[in-house]
Amino acid sequence: MRPLERVEARDKVTGAARYAIEYPVEGAAHVVAVAATIGRGEIESVAAAEVLAMPGVLAVLSCENAPKLNSVDDAELEVFQSRTVSYRGQLVAAVVAETLETAREAAARLRIGYRAEQHDVHLRDGQSGFRADVDQGDPEAALAEAAVSIDETYTTPAEHNNPMEPHATLAEWNEDGLTVHDSNQGSTTVRDTLAKVFDLDPAKVRVISPHVGGGFGSKGTPRPTAVLAAMAAREVKRPVKLAFTRQQMFSMTGYRTPTIQRVRLGADADGRLSAIVHEVIEQNSTVREFTEKTAGPSRIMYRAPHRRMAHRLVQLDVPATSWMRGPGETPGMWGLESAMDELAVTMGIDPIELRIRNEPETSPEDGLPWSSRNLVACLREGAERFGWTGRRAGREGRTLTGMGVASATYPVNREPNTATARAEPDGRFTVRIAAADIGTGARTALTLIAAEALKADPGRVTVEIGNSDLPKASLAGGSTGTASWGTAVHNACEALLAELDAPIPPEGVEVTVDTKEELESQEKYARHAFGAHFVEVRVDIDTGEVRVPRMLGVFAAGRIINPTTARSQLIGGMTMGLGMALMEESTMDLEFGDYLNHDLAQYHVPVCADVRDLEAIWLDEKDPHLNPMGSKGIGEIGIVGAAAAVANAVHHATGVRVRDLPITPSRLLPSL
Amino acid sequence: MEPDMESENVSGEPPVRAEITLIVNGREHRLAVDTRASLLDVLREELGLTGTKKGCDHGQCGACTILVGGRRANGCLALAVAHDGADIVTVEGLAHGDELSPLQAAFIERDAFQCGYCTPGQLCSATAVLDEAARGWPSVVTPDVAAEPELDEPEIRERMSGNICRCGAYVNIVAAVRQAAARETAGRRPTERQAAGREAAGHGGAGQGPTEREAAR
Ligand code: FES
Ligand code: FES
Repeated sequence: MRPLERVEARDKVTGAARYAIEYPVEGAAHVVAVAATIGRGEIESVAAAEVLAMPGVLAVLSCENAPKLNSVDDAELEVFQSRTVSYRGQLVAAVVAETLETAREAAARLRIGYRAEQHDVHLRDGQSGFRADVDQGDPEAALAEAAVSIDETYTTPAEHNNPMEPHATLAEWNEDGLTVHDSNQGSTTVRDTLAKVFDLDPAKVRVISPHVGGGFGSKGTPRPTAVLAAMAAREVKRPVKLAFTRQQMFSMTGYRTPTIQRVRLGADADGRLSAIVHEVIEQNSTVREFTEKTAGPSRIMYRAPHRRMAHRLVQLDVPATSWMRGPGETPGMWGLESAMDELAVTMGIDPIELRIRNEPETSPEDGLPWSSRNLVACLREGAERFGWTGRRAGREGRTLTGMGVASATYPVNREPNTATARAEPDGRFTVRIAAADIGTGARTALTLIAAEALKADPGRVTVEIGNSDLPKASLAGGSTGTASWGTAVHNACEALLAELDAPIPPEGVEVTVDTKEELESQEKYARHAFGAHFVEVRVDIDTGEVRVPRMLGVFAAGRIINPTTARSQLIGGMTMGLGMALMEESTMDLEFGDYLNHDLAQYHVPVCADVRDLEAIWLDEKDPHLNPMGSKGIGEIGIVGAAAAVANAVHHATGVRVRDLPITPSRLLPSL
Repeated sequence: MEPDMESENVSGEPPVRAEITLIVNGREHRLAVDTRASLLDVLREELGLTGTKKGCDHGQCGACTILVGGRRANGCLALAVAHDGADIVTVEGLAHGDELSPLQAAFIERDAFQCGYCTPGQLCSATAVLDEAARGWPSVVTPDVAAEPELDEPEIRERMSGNICRCGAYVNIVAAVRQAAARETAGRRPTERQAAGREAAGHGGAGQGPTEREAAR
């Protein structure tokens, strides 16, 4: 398809695009959340009366006065339903006031009495057993017999999503029920959840979210902001605005668990793998169970008859872990692709060649045929473009240079969706679906998909998304958005086109479709996107600072729907991967039990000066087994192999293997 | 910032308000602001100018970047009461009527954003970057601090590093700023550049900078 600039581009550069709490609303009060200051224990008292005496304070909400809510799957949403404090930084109270300034001051002054217990927030090799996802053959015996083996432990720290727009909700009750303008990755899900929590008919809840300032997974599940804002608005009988502060986002909105990964590889003398063992320890809060499927990618990446992939969740008094861009794949491929590089170095085989030798014909997980798998083509194309052949570690003055490579993968899934397509007599089309555009370019991609199915110019198509009143849709998550919504949009438009033989009547023609059946009858294939990351590094011998002058990602992700926004998403993922490699790290304060560096001054993400020559390209991959568009998701694969590629390049340049992310000067310098 | 809860009594006094005047995007506003309020919150909550974003409220992300007296500033770090009479330009004031500034147009052309939440700050910052370079202000990466700085990629990256984009649009942001800078340089003779440099404002292009627009009003 030909590239299309973002449909909402003009609104975004003029400031007209409104995000959650930016909707003009009369008489809104302001809510400021209060976080627990103990790591574990009970709330004994909330000195609400003191701050209620402050002029302009309208209400204090806490476990002492909160209305009873229905519970849902996620206990994070049971706002103020108990006196238990499960982690430091947990949402324990809120102040509602006439102005933001007063609410903020009152929240800071609110005294909460606690009975503190000793917390445990230290992730370590604990006692409980592993939960094995995959157990094939006899990996221990295969490792013992292997000509060459690798047995190393790789770690990733806790990482925080940090979308630029904080989690925020504007809530308003009226005779029609509850309306929220909310920052989320799926308005249907938020609506259904709020309906359950407040015991309402879902038809009485409206979630409006046309523009969302990023999420990266952290807005994929409904967040306490939505529940708290709705509760507060009902309490003060006025609309309210609530945004978590950047600091609160480090405990209240999810993050990626730290991981400790032991990876063992066994290979014959030619580098053919006989065994892959990937065992992962990661943390869980006591509030919400969440498994980061870190060993997941090892199930499908390489051929090996003997395999074991296992996770152990250690329950700690920590904030609730959740999705962050490429959950599972991103930390898991750091471990696996570092180990593969170590094996290549040990055996003196080119890292690309080693991967090619272990290319599986069918999915090692279940023997299913690949719908398409072009990892090798990505590696070869990248090698050619990046100048991989004959790569040499170099030295220029006090700088060491080198190159690294790593593979990437991400599963291709689809969720059932509904969509409506409508034709007007004036030749215009409207497509409706409660999809979300969190910066992915979904609105634009769906416009292209609709236009193609309608055989119409995109200029004649309006796509309405970001509102729970629209036909119900799945989340923007797991790189499923465009494929899932797109199937519904495509099918609705195709069905509409079939009805457009006669002239369109004044009331228009409308068609609604549901993709549930189509998805259920889908043929069985192993569907995954693949990619290869190439990285060049420059390492300062005296400071240990790593710079990345060049980074190339080559992806095989089916048909790319909108090249303009696709490239942006891929380079965006790679940029986040650069951050993961070199700077992102949330440090747990064992004494106090929360993340110490909980703001953007201390949690470092890449800025403009960190990103130099960074490019993403893709292969022209035709896969008939995916969906009507032939597309695979691209929101996450850009980050997946990035960190390992950087570390592998650092090893190439310096001979130092860093197995703990991020690769900061303090980790690298002592070994230089 | 954090009040000492043990020793300080909770105040029963109403918030203190002060009357100030702000000129925002060429319009004068008379306001009684809470003396605790930041410029950012006054713009967003009092004036309804929500184009300026809050990403951190602590001067750490650049989402709230606005032009105050022609210079870029973090709206979240500026107390409104301390800016009586200030001349402010926000993202809403960058376009010339319906005509986008060259930077805004370049941001669209280069897809220099995804979610768009950092974009107003990036645009205000970039507007000031063009102006700072036109005035001959060097940056830490300028090779010859006495020479007129050329807005090449390293210069732009350095000068734009106060604005975080978590979506990771930097590659495209640099391309967009470079494109706008090149157009501006091409459309301006050296003498004009110096003259403009004395004025306090960003330059969206010859005759389109906020200062010129303000003068025209
Ligand atoms: S909101 Fe002002 S710098 Fe982040
Ligand atoms: S466009 Fe999303 S943060 Fe920059």
